[in-house]
This record gives sequence, structure tokens and C-alpha cells, in this order.
Amino acid sequence: MRFDSLVDSVGHTPLVGLPHLSPSADVRLWAKLEQNNPTGSIKDRPALWMVAAAEKEGRLQPGSTVLEPTSGNTGISLAMVCAQRGYRLVCVMPENTSSERRQLLLMWGAEIVSSPAAGGSNEAVAVAKRIAAEHPDWVMLYQYGNPANWVSHYESTGPELLADLPTITHFVAGLGTTGTLMGVGRFLREQVPGVKIVAAEPQYGDLVYGLRNIDEGFIPELYDASVLTTRYSIDHVDALRRTRQLVEQEGIFAGISTGGILHAALAQADKAIAAGERADIAFVVCDGGWKYLSTGAYSGTLEEAQEALEGQLWA
Amino acid sequence: MAVQVKVPTILRTYTGGAKAVEASGDTLDALLSDVDSRHEGLRGRLISEDGSLHRFVNVYINNEDVRFLGALEAPLKDGDTVTILPAVAGGSAS
Repeated sequence: MRFDSLVDSVGHTPLVGLPHLSPSADVRLWAKLEQNNPTGSIKDRPALWMVAAAEKEGRLQPGSTVLEPTSGNTGISLAMVCAQRGYRLVCVMPENTSSERRQLLLMWGAEIVSSPAAGGSNEAVAVAKRIAAEHPDWVMLYQYGNPANWVSHYESTGPELLADLPTITHFVAGLGTTGTLMGVGRFLREQVPGVKIVAAEPQYGDLVYGLRNIDEGFIPELYDASVLTTRYSIDHVDALRRTRQLVEQEGIFAGISTGGILHAALAQADKAIAAGERADIAFVVCDGGWKYLSTGAYSGTLEEAQEALEGQLWA
Repeated sequence: MAVQVKVPTILRTYTGGAKAVEASGDTLDALLSDVDSRHEGLRGRLISEDGSLHRFVNVYINNEDVRFLGALEAPLKDGDTVTILPAVAGGSAS
């Protein structure tokens, strides 16, 4: 396929079957390979859509500064898009994210402000909101509340999935900003009666949930529970086990959050088998495993990898 | 019947520092009342004035969000694990 520029090539990712992990000929799993996007993750879609929307609204001009709280992939995608369009990018990210993500951000020209590890992305959001208040001329795209985030999936990921898999019965994706699930979920619900929309949310260690008060909790503004059929919380033990299975049995080298999504997809497959129903379950491979090599997730025994990942922001 | 209830750091003041406690109940509602009989005040932190689950509290039965299983009326069986977590900004490669 030919495109005018790298940015124009965002999306159009392959959907591949999982012949070894699918439980039967009637209950099949399909992986949407989002690591095939230009910067290697699904976040190229919302990054491009959010920048384009801000340009259209006149909020961005050449030389503008963009600010974003991000634990990695959105920042990396924004860094590439902003560099191509002539904007400066400042990312706020928790200090306990992998070193590869930092290196990639710097390579694509972003500046990084670190937020404390305790509190995770919650704290990054809070710090970014403070910085935004100090710099009213900077543009915070704010992926957790920007409709262009979910619209990117409503207009690209969803239609691609339906075109490749008209018999789709389930869609499973990670729940972070909620953009993927809201966008693909809304699109599929309009097109496919009875489709199940399933969220896999990463469950971290105690450190990340170190809020001082329950009332300091955070729910992304984009989240609408009515779009979902159900929602799983997956810890790093199950996520790691499935991430390893995915590369060992199907050859797909994915990031750790994808293992959590696969775990939820397999739970739905079990339910379909038990109910004697056919199923075509599509799930998202968010990114490749490259950025997580230094976490120790892919080397040594599963137990060693689990220990290494304890307390890290693995998704 | 016994159900294991995992308690987040922020609420362990009610459980004497314990990460998990055992309780019983046929529904989440009954379970939380049982927990509250030994760890007074915990239930009140999870349920808001209108009687529904606190907006910033997520509760899971065997890792599935109870809001999709009937909320406080979600059924429980022997051996289930209930996990209580505060709502935080997710990662999900964001």
C-alpha cells in the first residue's frame, strides 16, 4: 500500500486468526495487530484524530505547545505527529514507566515532566492539569476526555474490524482512556445486533492504588458503562502468562497489556463453548513487546518475570 | 460458605492492616454487611448515601466488575474472591 506520508499510513492494520489458541472451529479468536501502526501502537489513531480536531478548531497553529499526561504510547504517537506538523510536545508521565518509553519520546522530540510513581496515571493527570493552568497558551489534548479519541476508533478501528470479520460476535480491548472500547463499541453496536463489548482493565499492585482518599479516584470523562457488556480486572500474573502464550503458540510478540486482553478474550471463549454458541472474538494487540524488554517480562521463568513486574506500570 | 474479600491499602485501617478478610453472604450486599459486622465502618466507605456503590469504588467478583453482574445484588458462591479497588486512571498502554 502507498501513502503520501507516514502520518497518512495510520490504521489499516491486519486482523489475524489464532489457530492454536482458538478453542474450536466454531469459537475463534482474532488479533487486531495495532503494533503495525507507524509508531508501533494503537495510540497513533487517537493521536492523529486529536491533533487534526484541534487544528480544525483553530486551537493549534505552527509553533504551538501541546501538553499531555501519558504513560507512554499516546505520548510516543503524539511526539511523532507533532514533530511532523511543527508543534512542541510536553508529556507528563509517571516515573515508574519503562526506560524504553522515555527514550522513544525523547527520540521523537518530546520533552518529559515526571510525576510521582505513587498514584500512577492519576497523579500524571493531576500534574498535567496544574501545568496547563500555569500555561494557558499551551494546548492540552487530554485523551481521557477528548471525543476525538473515541471518534478515531468509531471511524477507523471499528469499520476495519467489521470489514474483515462480518461475523464478529465479541470485541475485547484494554480499558484505559476507554477510547478504543467506546469508539469500536458504539460502531459495532450500531452495525451488529447482540455484539458483546468486553473490557480488560489492568490491575496493578498496591503502590498504584495509593490514593489518600477514595474521593480522589478518577474515571475518564469518555467512559460510558452502557457501551460495555462486561469488564474484567486482570492482574500481572495472568497478563504475563497470556503474553508468553501468545508469542510461544501464535508467534505474536505483544506488550503485556495485550496478555490481559487475551485473558479476557479466552474467558469469553470459554463462556461461548459452555453455552454451545459460535463466536468470532476479535481482540486488540495494543503494541509489540519491544518497549517492555527491560521489565524482564520475557526472560527467565514466569515466576521471575512476575516478581520483576511487581509495582511497575505494566500497561 | 466463605468468600475471600481483598481490601485495598487505603481501607486497611478497617481490617487492622489485613490485605484480605473472609466473609459470607449470598449477595454482595449481604457479604458487605457481614464484613461490616466485624470491621465496622468499611461498608459505609463503599456505599454512597443513595445506597449504590460509591462512584470511585470498583468491586470485582472473580475479576468481573459487579456493576455488570447486578451490582449489590450480584450473587456469590462458596470460594468466590471479591476484590475492592479504588478507581484510578488506567494504563492500558495509554
